[in-house]
Amino acid sequence: MNARTRAIAKKEIKQLLRDKRMMFVILFFPVFLLAIFGYAVNFDVKHIQLAVYDMDKSDKSREFINSLSSSEYFDISKIIERDDEIKTALDEKDAQCVLVVPKDFSKNLYGKREEAKVQFLIDGVDGNTATIIKNYVGAATQSFNSNFQKEILAKNGAKLYVPVSLEPIFMFNQELKSAKFLIPGLIAMILIITSVVSVSLSLVREKERGTIEQINVSSLNTFELLIGKALPYIIIALIDAVFILVAGYFLFDVVTSGSYLLLFISTLIFIIASTSLGILVSVIADSQQVAFTIATFASLLPSLILSGFIFPIEGMPFLIQLLTNITPAKFYIVCLRAVMLRGVGLEAFWQQLVYLTMFIIFFLGLATIIRRKKSA
Amino acid sequence: MKTILHIIKKEFLQFKRDPKMFAIILVAPVIQLIFLGYAANLDVEKVHTAIFDQDKTETSRNYIEQFKGSGYFTFDYYVNNYDELQDKIDNGKVILGLVIEKGFEEKINRRETANLQAIFDGSDGNTASIAAGYAQLVTTNFSKSIVTEYLDKMGRKIKPAGSVSAETRVWYNPELKTRVFMVPGIVGLLLMMVTLILTSLAIVKEKEIGTLEQLIVTPIKPLQLIIGKLIPFALLGFVSVIIIINAMAIIFNIAVRGSIILLFVSTFIYILSTLGLGLFVSTISKTQQQAMMLAIFVVMMPMVYLSGFAFPIENMPKFIQYITYLIPLRYFMTIIRGIILKGIGFAELWPNLLALFVIGAGILFLSAMRFRKRLE
Repeated sequence: MNARTRAIAKKEIKQLLRDKRMMFVILFFPVFLLAIFGYAVNFDVKHIQLAVYDMDKSDKSREFINSLSSSEYFDISKIIERDDEIKTALDEKDAQCVLVVPKDFSKNLYGKREEAKVQFLIDGVDGNTATIIKNYVGAATQSFNSNFQKEILAKNGAKLYVPVSLEPIFMFNQELKSAKFLIPGLIAMILIITSVVSVSLSLVREKERGTIEQINVSSLNTFELLIGKALPYIIIALIDAVFILVAGYFLFDVVTSGSYLLLFISTLIFIIASTSLGILVSVIADSQQVAFTIATFASLLPSLILSGFIFPIEGMPFLIQLLTNITPAKFYIVCLRAVMLRGVGLEAFWQQLVYLTMFIIFFLGLATIIRRKKSA
Repeated sequence: MKTILHIIKKEFLQFKRDPKMFAIILVAPVIQLIFLGYAANLDVEKVHTAIFDQDKTETSRNYIEQFKGSGYFTFDYYVNNYDELQDKIDNGKVILGLVIEKGFEEKINRRETANLQAIFDGSDGNTASIAAGYAQLVTTNFSKSIVTEYLDKMGRKIKPAGSVSAETRVWYNPELKTRVFMVPGIVGLLLMMVTLILTSLAIVKEKEIGTLEQLIVTPIKPLQLIIGKLIPFALLGFVSVIIIINAMAIIFNIAVRGSIILLFVSTFIYILSTLGLGLFVSTISKTQQQAMMLAIFVVMMPMVYLSGFAFPIENMPKFIQYITYLIPLRYFMTIIRGIILKGIGFAELWPNLLALFVIGAGILFLSAMRFRKRLE
């Protein structure tokens, strides 16, 4: 790094330190957000609000309902007495699922040894939750049946026969906590937003205030200027990253099962890539408002929706899969999950680091070209 | 009234001068809606599976056929040892490794229980638990068919005892598509972002440029100024609602089931609250940079995570659930999904509308107060 770049970086740091409120927001808000959102991000469906419409009101129907409510998956939120209450319960979100036990339930179950039908009406608006509820309902009915059959067969002196049983084993995440999968994504999103947004104004401000003219006439070349501008923000983002990872460790048990060195290297590369994106925004925009708009639309939504953080990339249409490559967060999330969750080595994700490096070259190169054209 | 008109005119003149901004505000949301709408998909359609069949008998092949026939699984790899299986899971090539042990058929023929191992990549807990549900379903059905076959051979009645059969019905979204749930949510997010970007810099910009002094010495009252600043943005926001709702219907085939008028009224109340938040940010910030940071970290991010957009509020811990009551988007999500997907109306939704209105009016009043103090 030469003296000119250092001078620019020094000036930028001085300017940053002058605005104490700003520094506070940049350094502490990301950790604060992780602490709150870390609790909010999960898909683990428990305590499903179940409304019960028991028309049979027999011992057996009560036993069936108890078998549901005694598990941690279902909570009875409402007892329904009339047909029209079913619709109200689902419309007004008083229940996520309504169980209807018909009048002839226990008669069918005992007497005629027929199938005793029950109905589960599920609020399907949230398709994902509804799918999970459907699975739980199926499993709960299944286990009720097998207990019941065991009981009946035992009376006749026979044993229950299950020809095939499936034993699921969940690797990397035994309790299937979705938070473990989502928190690396949250970390990536907070980091990219902090880096892009904080750096995106750095050049625009000079443009708005007119001080850019002074830089233009100095002996500084474009590349030196951009690097000098980016450097302080890279350092700040790195401090943020350390805070966030430490907070993740203490609050959410996000243990790194792989190597810390790899974690550090990939984080550093990711931060440089995000900052380069911010620099590019700063070069393109002519006013702070435009910079703000582009920075938000370029960092917030893509890293939320296109990065594979929440929505699996394999589930997207092919064209959109191509488009997911616009956000560096996509690659960093793969690295984080590899290091933190799977504990695998560099061989599993080195490509991601190559992509991220390509990002840096592309963003910085484009920024240099555009800036040269603009100042010429 | 006349003074307000003058301010409105001035704001529109400013818009006209910055066509880039205008384009971003009207075009960007539609483009984002298209991309994000296609990307926002949690449906688990194809579970990539590797199979390790040690038995290689007719029964094991039958079992595999059942898996294939279910339509949820694709068999990408046939492996011959555990190492290979491990490798496929480690590298994320498959989500499920299905192991059929030697003696599978023999055990079934001897009327013993044959255990199967299903090794899931649990890192994405949501996908894994849904996939496990599918696998369990296939296995149960296979088991049932073996029992039935056996009992048939023995010449007994098919059912040894009555059993409960659960019929599930999914309301509002019978195909359980997550996209129809996400797209209205994205509309809420985009509206919030557009209005926030517009207003959060509105007053602080005048402060930074120094034109606020000029406004202060004119006989304009603070409330007039705020209303005058708000109306153009409200209009712009409204135009983008019309565009977005049409785009949603045309591109994603998501038609509005409920009342369009109610949708517009509630959108107006919602925009009021986001504009209010933007103005509030603008009045408490000293520089545009501060305003941007506050807008993103204090308003946008919580709106994304705590509104129930992707992560159901019911799954969150209690204390986070209380925080969500402060988030306007939370109410708007319920309203927009209710009107569009469930087709419910004012009778069911009024508490949400009221909450939204109280928050909107409150925050607008607060920013007017803040602003007045500053003037004195």
